[in-house]
Amino acid sequence: MNLIAKPSKENIKTYVPIGLFLVSLGFLDVFINAFFNFNLTAFLPSQLSYFLPLVLGFIGFYLIRIEFSGVRPLDILNKNINSNNFNALLTLFTIFIIIKSIPPMLDWFILEANFIGNSKEDCTGDGACWVFIKVWFNRFMYGLYPNAEQWRINTAFLILFAVVGASFFVSEKLKKYFILFLVFVFPFLGIKLISGGSFGLEYVESAAWGGLSLTFIISAFAILFCFPIGVILALGRRSSLPAIKYISIGFIELWRGVPLITVLFMSAVMFPMFLPDGTFIDKLIRVLIAITLFEAAYMAEVVRGGLQALPKGQYEAAKSLGMGYWRMNALIILPQALKLVIPGIANTLLALVKDTPLIFVVGLMELAGMIGLAKTNPKWLGMAMEGYVFAGLVFWIICYAMSRYSQNLEKKLSTER
Amino acid sequence: MEKIIELKKVNKWFDKFQVLKDIDLEVGSQEKIVICGPSGSGKSTLIRCINRLEEHQEGNIVVDGTELSESTKNIEKIRAEVGMVFQQFNLFPHLSILDNCTLAPIWVKKLPKKEAEEIAMKNLTRVQIDDQALKFPGQLSGGQQQRAAIARALCMEPKIMLFDEPTSALDPEMIKEVLDVMVDLAKGGMTMIVVTHEMGFAKEVADYMIFMDEGKIVERAKTKDFFENPKSERTKLFLSQIL
Repeated sequence: MNLIAKPSKENIKTYVPIGLFLVSLGFLDVFINAFFNFNLTAFLPSQLSYFLPLVLGFIGFYLIRIEFSGVRPLDILNKNINSNNFNALLTLFTIFIIIKSIPPMLDWFILEANFIGNSKEDCTGDGACWVFIKVWFNRFMYGLYPNAEQWRINTAFLILFAVVGASFFVSEKLKKYFILFLVFVFPFLGIKLISGGSFGLEYVESAAWGGLSLTFIISAFAILFCFPIGVILALGRRSSLPAIKYISIGFIELWRGVPLITVLFMSAVMFPMFLPDGTFIDKLIRVLIAITLFEAAYMAEVVRGGLQALPKGQYEAAKSLGMGYWRMNALIILPQALKLVIPGIANTLLALVKDTPLIFVVGLMELAGMIGLAKTNPKWLGMAMEGYVFAGLVFWIICYAMSRYSQNLEKKLSTER
Repeated sequence: MEKIIELKKVNKWFDKFQVLKDIDLEVGSQEKIVICGPSGSGKSTLIRCINRLEEHQEGNIVVDGTELSESTKNIEKIRAEVGMVFQQFNLFPHLSILDNCTLAPIWVKKLPKKEAEEIAMKNLTRVQIDDQALKFPGQLSGGQQQRAAIARALCMEPKIMLFDEPTSALDPEMIKEVLDVMVDLAKGGMTMIVVTHEMGFAKEVADYMIFMDEGKIVERAKTKDFFENPKSERTKLFLSQIL
């Protein structure tokens, strides 16, 4: 008789245990079904058996939906995932789908995956063939860079990581020199080390560079150069001098309006045709310039957003203290504007890193490109899934690290309370 | 008395709207002038023309012997000599109060950091917020922020101080602490032009009062005469409404 009554504080003592029991029963059914392949409700007609957990969970959730019950955990639960029938259903669906998709994923990634061996034939299980990644790992990291010379890439990156790591521990004054070294000295030192051709190092042409190391090289250089160019373009677009203003607008709109893949193709194929005979610019450098200018146009608009968000009073205060255009921008305006748009800058730089695979159109193979190459090897056909999952994972790690760093930076620079 | 600011027949338009009409004004060294008038009368625009935050289209403005015009090369030099305090404080929120005060002396006047900090602390002590020096503007009350802004302007050791409604954005309780600082400054012999509606302050420190309406200077008189014996009807009306 009481069962039809609306769940309320009066019947909380009976409704909540019954409700929780029904919900748990539903979860248990799905869980056992997914992980042990055993159907608790096999005795029921198949359709009913399939939907029973949903029905049980739905009724259970209805019974425990008691407003202002006074029991804190119950209130939090109801407020967040069980506020009405539709939300309860949505919650159940989501949780069931997650439970159901864990076992097959686990199987493919680990339990039935193949780790041992060194050819495709060693992959006998149903899961992923990680042997593919293992065998090709060296190529994925270094591209076609000669094996005997790979220590040079390693050394360059080790120096980079060592200096970056050390800069977190040294005093503020020393840190300045570390950053100056990283921005103005290291890029050229590192490139010299990797390309060789002097100091007794064998010359390795840039066409042989590839894999993850090339991803890093291109991303790092493009980020390093696109940032200042973007800032200058943003300032230029707001300049009161018409010539500078319209050149900036023209540049930004031109590069923003063209797909990156077209820009890359033109830089590699068409651009050399316009050069006078005998001049030669390395393909990698041309591609780097193309990516840098392309991303600089986006960066400019992000920075301009920050510039426009600053109140006019900041400009006036800076001027009234006798600061000229460059001091005002360098000391007052840009520090604030850039801080405001850190999320936008991070966005652009993440997109830049993820755009690097596009350089395949000009024949350069970074990580994703090398995977694309490896999967077409006759001995390793059908490994696209493993390869691209691996690429996705590596890119995700890089991008997530950058994203975390930008969040930290935001927190560190915050002066509001 | 030595003239430090001189305006002759200054006219200014925003598009077609004329904000300043034939303004003539002379300010002597160490004089204190209070400008009042209804909103939209051009008072703020007038003092903003004096450090060229706004450009005038006709007439002459001479500040400390230098004529302000489009071809003025070293407008920064003039601005460094003319301190300005804004209604909205306009402190730099990304810098501490001390850095707000030392930034311009270090980068514009090229003072060594140590000397700039000494001057900053001296001025912060003068406006009584030396204990807040290392805080950021966002952590201070409105009155404290405005006093910090005054200290920041003083750190450039200006010859002239312009105040653009310095107390209009403050809670009534905080107005006094800012006015006290300004009175102290006036007694120290600073040349001051103040746009304000604080008539008590005006009576206490002003040498001259200027009343503006519709872009014109309607009345310019000694403070005592201005309040006790205003000549124009418009001034009388205005005073009757705010006193």
